[in-house]
Amino acid sequence: MSGLPPPGYLSSTDLIDESGGPVIRRILPAGKDGCQVTAEDVPASAAAIEVRGLMRRFGNLVAVDRIDLGVRHGEVFAFLGPNGAGKSTTIKMLTTLLRPTEGTICLNGRDAVRDPTGARRQFGIVFQDTTVDTELTAYENMELHGVLYGIPRAEMQGRIGSLLELVRLSDRANDYVKTFSGGMVRRLEVARGLLHDPSILFLDEPTIGLDAQTRALLWQHVNEMNDRSGTTVFFSTHYIEEAEMAADRIAVIDHGRIVATGTVQELKERTRAATLEAAYLSLTGTEVREERVTGGEQLRERIRGQRR
Amino acid sequence: MTADMLYVLWLRQMRRYVRSRSRILGAVGQPILYLLALGYGLGSVFKRAGGGNYIEFLVPGVIVQTILFSSVFWGIQIIWDKQFGFLKETLVAPVSRFTIMLGGVLGGATIAFIQGVLVLVSALVLGFRPDTWALVPVALVVMIVLAVSMACLGTGIASLVNDFQGFQAINNFVVFPMFFLSGALYPLVGIPLLLFAVSAVNPLSYAVDGLRDVLIHQSRFGIGIDLGVLAALTVVLAWFGVFTFSRIEA
Repeated sequence: MSGLPPPGYLSSTDLIDESGGPVIRRILPAGKDGCQVTAEDVPASAAAIEVRGLMRRFGNLVAVDRIDLGVRHGEVFAFLGPNGAGKSTTIKMLTTLLRPTEGTICLNGRDAVRDPTGARRQFGIVFQDTTVDTELTAYENMELHGVLYGIPRAEMQGRIGSLLELVRLSDRANDYVKTFSGGMVRRLEVARGLLHDPSILFLDEPTIGLDAQTRALLWQHVNEMNDRSGTTVFFSTHYIEEAEMAADRIAVIDHGRIVATGTVQELKERTRAATLEAAYLSLTGTEVREERVTGGEQLRERIRGQRR
Repeated sequence: MTADMLYVLWLRQMRRYVRSRSRILGAVGQPILYLLALGYGLGSVFKRAGGGNYIEFLVPGVIVQTILFSSVFWGIQIIWDKQFGFLKETLVAPVSRFTIMLGGVLGGATIAFIQGVLVLVSALVLGFRPDTWALVPVALVVMIVLAVSMACLGTGIASLVNDFQGFQAINNFVVFPMFFLSGALYPLVGIPLLLFAVSAVNPLSYAVDGLRDVLIHQSRFGIGIDLGVLAALTVVLAWFGVFTFSRIEA
C-alpha cells in the first residue's frame, strides 16, 4: 500500500486527505467492543469502515471467506467483483442485516455485531432492490425514514423537499410510489438514503437498471456529498468502468476472497496490465460466472437449503 | 424508542389499511356471510336441538374470527415486506427490533380491532342485541387483548418462514384448527374427549367464551378466567414475536 499514509500519520484531531485537501469534518468517538484493532493499511482513528477476518457461511458454502477491509473517512471505495463473488453478502453484514459467522466489523468505531443500533446510526444505504413502500407516496416514504432516523420535525419538510428536488421528483411527491417507473423508484431510494446525511453511505450496485442520465445524476450528487461533507462512500459494482470512474480505491473480490486492494494505478502496476479491465481479468480469471439468479435469490435459496 | 417512531410505523399500517377498500370489505364481508348463511341455515336445527338462538350464539364467534384472521394477516404483511424489500429499510434503521416489531403489532392489532368493531356494529344493525349494554366495554377489552396477542402470533410465524406458502401451511395447521376448536361456530358439548381437551387448552376458546359471557351471558369458564388466560397468552406470544423477529436476517 505505497500510496497510503503510514499508521499514525492521521490523528483524530487532524484529518487531512492525501492531496492535502479539505479537513474532513465528521469525526466520531470510537466505540467499545471489538473495535480497537488497528488495521495494517489504515490507522484506526481514520478508519470509517474497519473489517477483520469477516466470514459468512451458509450451510457448507462459504460466501465470504475471512476478508479484511479498511476504508478511510471521506474515501470513495469500490467493491468490485463478478456476480456471486460475495459482494452483497458482505454489504449485508456491514449493514447489520446478516450476522457474520466470524470476524469483526467497525463502522466509525461502532461494533456492528455487538452494538448494531450504534453502528446503524453511522450509515445510510441504497439497496440493490426496491425497499420503498409502494402503497405510500414518495413524501410519506421519505417522512417515515426521517422519523426512524430521528430527523427533527421542524427540518423534515425542508430536507425532503430539497432531496426530492435533487432527484427530480418534486412534482410527484404526493403520488403513490406504485405509479412510478423503475428509474423513478430508484431515484427515490437514493434520495431516501441521503435524507439523514449519513457519515458512511453504502451503495449496493447503485446503477443497475438506471439510464445514463440518472446514473450521471446519481454520481454527481454522491461526489458532491463526498466533497462537501466528507461522506465516506462504499459501493459494490460489477461494472469496471464505474469503479474506475468513481472510486479512490478499489477492492477486487472473487469467490468470497479479496484478491487485491488499491488505486486503479496500483492494481494496474501489480498485474502489469494496461487497463483496469485487463487488470481485473488477470485477477479474477475469464471464466464466466453463473448468472441464473440474482444475489438475493441465491441467498434465499441457500438459506432455504440450510433450513431444510 | 420514541413515541414518534412507534406512531410513524403504526401510521404506515393505517394508511395502507384505509387505502385498501377491498381489504376492509373482504374482512368484514366474510364474517357477515358466515353470520347470515350459518345463522339462518342452521338456526332452526340449532333451536330444535335446544341450543336457543343460533345467530346470537354466533355473533361472538364471528367477531373472534374476524379479529383472529385480521391480526394474523399482519404476519402476511411482514412476509410481503420481506419479499418486496421494505423490511430491510426498517431493519437497518437505528431503531431497536423491538420498536419496529411493536409499531407493526400495534398497527396490525388496531386494524383487527376496527374490523371486529365493524362486525359487531353490523350484527347490531342486523338485529343482534347484547344482554347487558353496560358490559360492552368489557367485550371491547377482550377484543383488544385478542387482537394484540394474535398480531404477535402473526409476527412470530412470519419471522420463521420466508414465503407465503410457508405462512399458509402454518396458518392451515395452527390457526384454522385453533379457530374450529374454539367453539366459535358450535358449542363444544358432546364432542370426543380428546377434542374437548384440545379445546380447553386452546386460548381462542377463552376469547370466544369471554365475549359470549359478556354479550349473551353464556359461559363455560367465566369472564375472569377468560381474561386471565388471554393476558397470559399475550405475554407468551409477545415474547415469541419479539424473540423470532429479533433474529430475522434479510
